[in-house]
Amino acid sequence: MAEKKTKKETAPKKKEATKAAAPAVKAAAPKAPATGKKEARVGVFICHCGTNIAGSIDINEVEAYAKTLPDVAFAANYQYVCSTPGQKIIADAIKDHNLTGTVVAACSPRLHEPTFRTATKEGGLNPFRFEMANIREQGSWVHMHDREGATEKAKDAIRIAVAKAALLEDLIPKSVPVEKAAIVVGAGVAGMQAALDLANAGIKTYLIEKTPSIGGRMSQLDKTFPTLDCSQCILTPKMVDVGRAENIELMTYTEVESVEGYIGNFDVTLRKKARGVLSMAEAEAMGISGGGCNGCGDCEPVCPVIKPNPFEMNMKPRKAIYIYHPQVVPLLYTVDFDSCIKCNLCVDVCGDKKAIDLEMKDELIKVKVGTAILALGYDMFPIEKKDEWGYMKYENVVNSLEFERLICASGPTGGHMVRPSDGQTPKKVAFLLCAGSRDNTGIGKPYCSRFCCMYSLKHAHQIYEKIPGVQSYLFYMDIRSFGKMYEEFYYRIQDEGAKFIRGRVANILEDPVTKNLIINAEDTLLNRPVRLEVDMVVLAAAVQPSSDTDRTRKLFGVSCSLDGWLLEAHPKLNPCGTTTAGVYVAGVCQGPKDIPDTVASAEGAASAASIPIHMGEVELEPYFAQCIEEKCAGCGMCVNLCPYQALALVEKEGRKVMEVTEAKCKGCGTCGGFCPGGAIWMQHFATPQIVAQIDAFLLGGVK
Amino acid sequence: MADEWKPQILGIICNWCSYAGADLAGSARTQYPPDIRIVRIMCTGRVDPLFILKAFSDGADGVLVSGCHFGDCHYLEGNYKGAKRMFMVKSLIRNIGLEDKRLRMTFVSASEGAKWAKVVEDVVKTVTDLGPSPLKELAR
Ligand SMILES: Cc1cc2nc3c(=O)[nH]c(=O)nc-3n(C[C@H](O)[C@H](O)[C@H](O)COP(=O)(O)OP(=O)(O)OC[C@H]3O[C@@H](n4cnc5c(N)ncnc54)[C@H](O)[C@@H]3O)c2cc1C
Repeated sequence: MAEKKTKKETAPKKKEATKAAAPAVKAAAPKAPATGKKEARVGVFICHCGTNIAGSIDINEVEAYAKTLPDVAFAANYQYVCSTPGQKIIADAIKDHNLTGTVVAACSPRLHEPTFRTATKEGGLNPFRFEMANIREQGSWVHMHDREGATEKAKDAIRIAVAKAALLEDLIPKSVPVEKAAIVVGAGVAGMQAALDLANAGIKTYLIEKTPSIGGRMSQLDKTFPTLDCSQCILTPKMVDVGRAENIELMTYTEVESVEGYIGNFDVTLRKKARGVLSMAEAEAMGISGGGCNGCGDCEPVCPVIKPNPFEMNMKPRKAIYIYHPQVVPLLYTVDFDSCIKCNLCVDVCGDKKAIDLEMKDELIKVKVGTAILALGYDMFPIEKKDEWGYMKYENVVNSLEFERLICASGPTGGHMVRPSDGQTPKKVAFLLCAGSRDNTGIGKPYCSRFCCMYSLKHAHQIYEKIPGVQSYLFYMDIRSFGKMYEEFYYRIQDEGAKFIRGRVANILEDPVTKNLIINAEDTLLNRPVRLEVDMVVLAAAVQPSSDTDRTRKLFGVSCSLDGWLLEAHPKLNPCGTTTAGVYVAGVCQGPKDIPDTVASAEGAASAASIPIHMGEVELEPYFAQCIEEKCAGCGMCVNLCPYQALALVEKEGRKVMEVTEAKCKGCGTCGGFCPGGAIWMQHFATPQIVAQIDAFLLGGVK
Repeated sequence: MADEWKPQILGIICNWCSYAGADLAGSARTQYPPDIRIVRIMCTGRVDPLFILKAFSDGADGVLVSGCHFGDCHYLEGNYKGAKRMFMVKSLIRNIGLEDKRLRMTFVSASEGAKWAKVVEDVVKTVTDLGPSPLKELAR
């Protein structure tokens, strides 16, 4: 309570607070002299944004009002302030009217703050003497039919912005060097492509994969639409390239444990999970010459433990010491310690290679990188939640990824397309599209999973290829064949004899004797109910972010959209960037994408992630905390609040005061929000500036 | 219409989540009442109790503080620390005889444009129902 009192005494008197703070700040940050309120001359520039703003806000009234505000020396309006002539108006006005600060009332600072900072700089002012009034996203667009309300709000927004602009100070961004290395998390086709591009651009790249092998979902596919190339045939060479690339340090069976730092200087701690098996290089390093796992596979047959293989969608067994499939990269066995009984049979048969170590422990490894790419991919939506279709209840209802394995030559049936209940070749197969996608019931996903239409067409084709006389039925809502050569592929499948029934399936029942499935649906084109008996049903299940996505994205400070996909910095103009500088996204983890789009996005992310590295240094926004030493009582509370260990207490002139390590401070202001003595100056978000905004809103006003 | 009382509500919202969410409401043209004015900060951890007390002593009828969801803070945990402080401020304003419902903290992510509109609607309604702040007279 006593602390509260001190604050109440000093801070609410705004002018005093400003004055008191000013010299102190000078002492703490000599490059950033605080501006006195007296000399402030602010220019206000109001944007029409065509009719985006002018359609709902009375620009002339707002401009006339701005001219009456204290500290405003100039006001103007323009059609598009962000245009070249618009920016010139700002630069010219700064010179002609001797402005000390600028306010642009337009869109969101999240869109055009950099633009107008540049214009302000062009006029000869420090770019941080600019403040934005958001009268579009948070004005005209949300009060479209309330001209009066929107106009009043715009006036207030400008008044609030002017109050801040009058108190803004010169700030110098800090340049930091960028570590010439990158990390890519997730080694599906997206992560592999991104890592290859980075590596080929001369950048040391750590490629992190949580499972024992790289390749991701694409390595589980049989063929790929619309060209029908065999998935393994086009992926395996890439996997081998990744394994061989000199600049790629591949770390499989590894997860990200923690991330510290900022663009240019991320310190990433990785958990290399105990694999129980040494690679040849690891063995060499331990002095076991000629030892380590060479993938011979002698250990596998002797292992007495049998478990389902998740790569084969649990339709094929594996041992407690295993590889997922013969083409794994790296070709290195893995011990599943959850099921290993430590009988040591594998160790014995491995013999002199001494590759197996059943006492192996997880290892933490630290790497330093300049930029990071998240390529975390997807999982299948648990389609059993859509109870009415009987997945997990009826044996002959499978999901699409299981179908891929069933039809794949290297899959559990050697490519013989059979149905699970009796191993018979199905003669009638139904495909349910939008299974759990475009579902507004609250059980499935509201979005389109984007590749299911196309792979279901592919699946229909594949059964025609493999099973003479088979009939396929596709239950669909719309066929979305939007890509290059996709529509043509759709025609081809129609010509091959697939039957398309437009309508959702109400339910599926099983004939308990034959294990055939009875589908009840509606044909919305013919406007009649459909009842159809088939041998097998394939659910084109929705996809969702992979299981560890939420934890991993939080480590990197990346947001997600409502359905959990990673949020890009801008959906159109910055689709690979995120709101955390230096962190990028690639592939399906940003939203469902087929392979061509995944690879394109990966190349985009790799290019974006290589830019800071090639520039060599980046500028950090100078929103650092500063200690106003005169006011600091050395209590140290801020030191504990800082999430980045950027603050410390140091001895100065015989007493303890707080000191900021600028490179560690990210500018959240959590310290400044709590300091009982008001001794922390948050650059660009300083207490007097914010209080001035509050006062301007509630008390403020006309000259 | 003209002399109908409209509340003055201050929104202090974080740059990364709630401000972005409010922008999204804009791009989606989701309509909501205009009776809120925004001060943007980088993180709700920055919200000094002073800001809220200052707003109320200046005569604000309501204050909305909005940040990222827990676990989603751009600065790891600033929103926790901000939220913790809000309890303290709520009890403070109760002690000075102000309804604590005039202060609200919410969590709106960058993808929750519709939620932002809903939050503003709710806050405007709550504060409108409470009527003008009794401190308003003192502020003048
Ligand atoms: C049944 C089916 C058929 C398909 N057929 C086609 C087709 O014919 N043509 C086509 O173009 N597309 C097809 N697709 C789509 C294709 O699978 C995807 O476009 C592609 O796999 C996306 O690659 P990705 O790298 O983004 O994700 P993924 O393949 O999911 O790879 C992600 C990788 O990251 C790893 N990972 C995840 N989280 C972490 C973490 N936290 N830490 C470390 N590693 C992590 C995963 O283990 C995985 O290896 C099909 C999809 C399905 C479901």
